[in-house]
Amino acid sequence: MSGPAPANRLVVPVVVLAVLLAAPPFLSSYVLTLLTQSLIYAIVAMSLDLLLGYLGLPSLGHAAYLGVGAYSVGILTSRYGAGFGTVLPVGVGLALILAAVFGLLALRATGVYFLMITLALGMVAWGLAYRWVSLTQGDNGISGLPRPDVPLPWSLAGAIPFYYFALAGFLLALGVLWLIVHSPFGMSLVGVRESETRMRTLGYHVWLHKYLGFVISGGVAGFGGVLWAYYNGFVGPTDLDLSTSVEVLLMVALGGRATLLGPALGAGIIVFLKNLVSVYTQRWLLILGAAYIGTIVYAPEGIVGAVRRLSEATEPAPARPEA
Amino acid sequence: MDFWISQVFNGISYGALLFLLAGGLTLIFGMMRIINLTHGSYFLLGGYVGLTVIWRTGSFPLAILVGAVAIAVLGVVQWRLFLHRLAGEELGQVLTTVGFALIFQDLALVIWGGEPYTIPAPAALTGAFNTGTLYFPVYRVFMIGVAAVVAVVLWFVLERTRVGAMMRATVDDAEMAGGVGIDVRRISMGVFALGALLAAGAGVVGGAFVGVYPGADFEILPYAFVVVIVGGMGSLRGALIGSLLVGLLDNFGKALFPEFSYFTLFAPMAAILAIRPTGLFGRA
Repeated sequence: MSGPAPANRLVVPVVVLAVLLAAPPFLSSYVLTLLTQSLIYAIVAMSLDLLLGYLGLPSLGHAAYLGVGAYSVGILTSRYGAGFGTVLPVGVGLALILAAVFGLLALRATGVYFLMITLALGMVAWGLAYRWVSLTQGDNGISGLPRPDVPLPWSLAGAIPFYYFALAGFLLALGVLWLIVHSPFGMSLVGVRESETRMRTLGYHVWLHKYLGFVISGGVAGFGGVLWAYYNGFVGPTDLDLSTSVEVLLMVALGGRATLLGPALGAGIIVFLKNLVSVYTQRWLLILGAAYIGTIVYAPEGIVGAVRRLSEATEPAPARPEA
Repeated sequence: MDFWISQVFNGISYGALLFLLAGGLTLIFGMMRIINLTHGSYFLLGGYVGLTVIWRTGSFPLAILVGAVAIAVLGVVQWRLFLHRLAGEELGQVLTTVGFALIFQDLALVIWGGEPYTIPAPAALTGAFNTGTLYFPVYRVFMIGVAAVVAVVLWFVLERTRVGAMMRATVDDAEMAGGVGIDVRRISMGVFALGALLAAGAGVVGGAFVGVYPGADFEILPYAFVVVIVGGMGSLRGALIGSLLVGLLDNFGKALFPEFSYFTLFAPMAAILAIRPTGLFGRA
């Protein structure tokens, strides 16, 4: 796992963080909005990275957890007037529970079958959101959601305060995931990805590792979903349809698997691409489609992976295990 | 009683359409382990091409033929240029084929616009058979007939011909099949073309039934997947039984539990997979 020296590796993230902290007053409100969206989607993408990058399990139903978090906000605030202090634990808790149930089913399969079963489970969640009209208001979704009522001296109604709120959420999720993947548990997840047989022989409980990774990943995605609903003020079935799940997969693949910050970068690129391209041309689906194919053809190991490979080619660094 | 009979009939006829779509998909899956999310686009594009042919010539059979063949060629090109390199890379397959699906969706929007169309069925296939209180639309009977013919032909080709034996050998073990001199690449390409052909043909047949409109591709795609997954990848018999099951579940779900209609469709699939991860008739 040794790349460039640790101090070197920190330079880019610290600079990026400084820019993210200092930038808002200088940005147009539109760009700030997109940046907020990127941060929230980055949470979801990083959560999928735990599953796809570190465990090697490609899920096609990750939007389900985002959806559970988002609908928790929608239903609890619109029906019961619940505050952020209630909604956040319920949303994340429900996402964890959902992942705990889905994980039991999905982890019976591997490879293609894992993709298929997660697709099916994602469709179950989408189908409920779309059709269970008395709870979810179906296709119309739930709109008019308020911004979170946090005990802070300033209101989160404005774009800049909410941006910092999303940034805090992003850093929290990043911190949690970073600690997990650098813990002995996280290392053994990579071990499971590389060879289940070897890990089993070494005495690890392979299924339990996969299961815990699956559940944690779902919980973090649910956290992203809670923020997403608060940001949008709206939640609808499109938030958890297949194309959302695939988009998150693209973010992870584009940024670089098993790098956490790579998928966050991928999230930013896709959010900006989607929005900016649609300003200039109506053919943004075409360009998004090309982005999917281009990622696989030209950057199969993602942006961060490609950058690392280049830097390792120029300086004699120790070999890194193949992802 | 009438309610049950007509709902069963409706379920079977929708299942027939799904079989046309999923029969090829399951062979592609079984043989190449390629997850093709473009399959729904073949259905939609087939419908659009068929629509254009009908507008120009007024011939329904010609619409099916041209729609199916045109999209089969498109599928082969896509496979030759991109997909065959991605063997074993599930993530790459998913992202590439979604990319194609988005591109096709957009191109269809450019060429045919955003309005929903229905392919006009020939006069002989309109109307209904009336048996007292029951009422069976001729077009639904026609769909069941087409699916039955296709099922018999596919079964015959797979089980009773030399090419079929090669295909089954490739499904079972591509490496061994190659080892005994079967041209696995050519067989794979043929199966991919067949899958696209059937899906596009289903698009024309279905275009007179569910319509041809933007979004139909991603709407029908999950159904095809459910059929393949429930039946087991690579199993034609599984696809047939899976189609009927999904058609019936979908119909009864929508009729009896409208709020949970997708749930009644996808939840049994998840349950079947949890018990048999390879589907009812699939082999690992």
